[in-house]
Amino acid sequence: MQDNLKSSSYQQLEQKSKYTNMFLRWFLYFVLIIFASYFIFPLYVMVVTSLKTMEEIRQGTLLSWPSGLNFDSWAVAWGGRGYGAGDTFLKPYFWNSIKMVVPAVFFSTFIGAMTGYVLTKWRFKGDSWVFLFLLFGCFIPFQAILLPMARTLGALGISNSIVGLVLVHTVYGIPFTTLFFRNYYVSVPTELVKAARIDGAGFFKIFFKILLPISAPIIVVTIIWQFTQIWNDFLFGSTFSFGEAAPIQVALNNMVLSSTSVKEYNVDMASAIIAGVPTLIVYVLAGKYFIRGLTSGAVKG
Amino acid sequence: MKTLKIEDLSKNFGSTEVLRKINLEIDEGNFLVLLGPSGCGKSTLLNIIAGLETINEGNVFIDDYNVSKVEPKDRNIAMVFQSYALYPSMNVRENMIFGLKQAKTSKEKIEQQLEKVSKFLQVDQLLERKPSQLSGGQRQRVAIGRALVREPRIFLFDEPLSNLDAKLRVEMRREIKKLHQQLKTTVVYVTHDQTEAMSLGTRIAIMNHGVIQQNDTPENIYNKPSNTFVADFIGSPSMNLIKGTLKESSGEISFTASESNFEIPVKGYEFKEKSNLNNKEVFFGVRPEHIYFKKSNESDFEVSLRADLSEYIGHEQIMTFDYANQEILAKFPSTIKIELAKETKLYFDLTQTSLFDAKTKERI
Repeated sequence: MQDNLKSSSYQQLEQKSKYTNMFLRWFLYFVLIIFASYFIFPLYVMVVTSLKTMEEIRQGTLLSWPSGLNFDSWAVAWGGRGYGAGDTFLKPYFWNSIKMVVPAVFFSTFIGAMTGYVLTKWRFKGDSWVFLFLLFGCFIPFQAILLPMARTLGALGISNSIVGLVLVHTVYGIPFTTLFFRNYYVSVPTELVKAARIDGAGFFKIFFKILLPISAPIIVVTIIWQFTQIWNDFLFGSTFSFGEAAPIQVALNNMVLSSTSVKEYNVDMASAIIAGVPTLIVYVLAGKYFIRGLTSGAVKG
Repeated sequence: MKTLKIEDLSKNFGSTEVLRKINLEIDEGNFLVLLGPSGCGKSTLLNIIAGLETINEGNVFIDDYNVSKVEPKDRNIAMVFQSYALYPSMNVRENMIFGLKQAKTSKEKIEQQLEKVSKFLQVDQLLERKPSQLSGGQRQRVAIGRALVREPRIFLFDEPLSNLDAKLRVEMRREIKKLHQQLKTTVVYVTHDQTEAMSLGTRIAIMNHGVIQQNDTPENIYNKPSNTFVADFIGSPSMNLIKGTLKESSGEISFTASESNFEIPVKGYEFKEKSNLNNKEVFFGVRPEHIYFKKSNESDFEVSLRADLSEYIGHEQIMTFDYANQEILAKFPSTIKIELAKETKLYFDLTQTSLFDAKTKERI
């Protein structure tokens, strides 16, 4: 009799806990959905608007579905309308950005890897000070160095050129890339370097043959980081370049602001998406490594 | 000609002295173990021999040639590391021949060496594998193989077994011993494990605070420790050191522990110097395994002690006794039954004792 009583009360408790769990679960999903929509809403508006005609935009609401897949505004954003003066479109600036971002990412990553290697595996007197000062570079607001940098570029004769922008981005990428590589190489046993030295490998051989082949995760992290930073940069681009030499973000700004007659929201939205797509692609392709690389750099093992 | 000779070597990192006036010599074919607690400078000494650390003072000679300023690769040495330090991106074959390739050895010679060594170490089936696909023991073998293919004058081992589990460690220890017996190469081996040191070394140098405490054969290290540090460091449990004074009366020397009045005769003891012994403050050292339950030698000294504590460890038991308010430990087979809190008759083996000066801590 007592056993029965006991088991029935346990059943009640079981039921109760089941309902509580269910309620909490639904509540959790509810909150998650709200936040997800909050984040996805702007993207939705951008995509939808870029696919509408101006007519639809004027008549419909912000959220309304487009009548069909109409990529006309994308074509205009990318290649222009074909008439002469005043027609700004993204294509040439897109290539400007590519020409800027590829060498800048390459050089800053390579130099960061080298510095990280030296700071961890070839320790010298005062190396921690060097690292500390390099870290300052991560915290200096970029506005503070605009004027000196403009003078430097002028003195070097590369102002208003893509080469100049490559230099600026490489220099200001080095603190970050060094930080990444240093933290990664700290967890690589120094005994590897010792073994290689006994085997007769020199400074560069050890770097290229032993450390670089195991650096894939952190290289991916650095590339994503640098690519995103440099591609999305507006400040340096707008300060150190104008006209033909401008990167895509500057061109996007000019395009959206300089429309004289009617605001073509669909073209503006398409342009903004085009300008944002490359970083998305890089992240989608390598995002898995991004998380893995970040943690493997920070945590040992 | 000494294969390795170290002369008045000193090393500091900033203001911390790591090694002080180290002098060391090794003959061809010897297996020298550098043994000491962590932070005693043994690994630094090994790195200096390898040329991976710079020297502040003193010199290192290999085959009578001063190599103090010679690059690691030109010293004709090879090293095996604690973490194995196999190159992660290369397979076993590439790992093993990396050094030979750097030295621009001919292809035939490389292949020949690789085949010989990989067969010898039984890693010839693993040549195409990456280090991450190997077990701990296999990695260790490859690391040794990488050192072997270069046919160096001196092998340096930096705690090579401490990353292995207990069972594998014993196995690999035997293999290294076999290896040394077959190849008769000169080895310098760093460890903090006394069993490893005892079983492998033909000579052991015990280090503490950057100074070599004793450099001797394993037998002498165990039987005749040169100071209380060595006496305490070697042996498990370590040697009992009973504080007391020496008494000399009509040529007979005896030891009396403080707070007690019975005398232990030490006439059989080989003193380094037989003068000024009367009233000398000393430590009387006897190992737990040299305290017997049954009288086994004529010279054994009989005492009655109270047992305070018993630790059972399977094949043996460690008992703690009270000797004139000083704790002493003794080791017996676990078959012997000893009652706690009761006086038990025990026998000290007086042929196996040590005496140390209480002030200098040196053996007298």
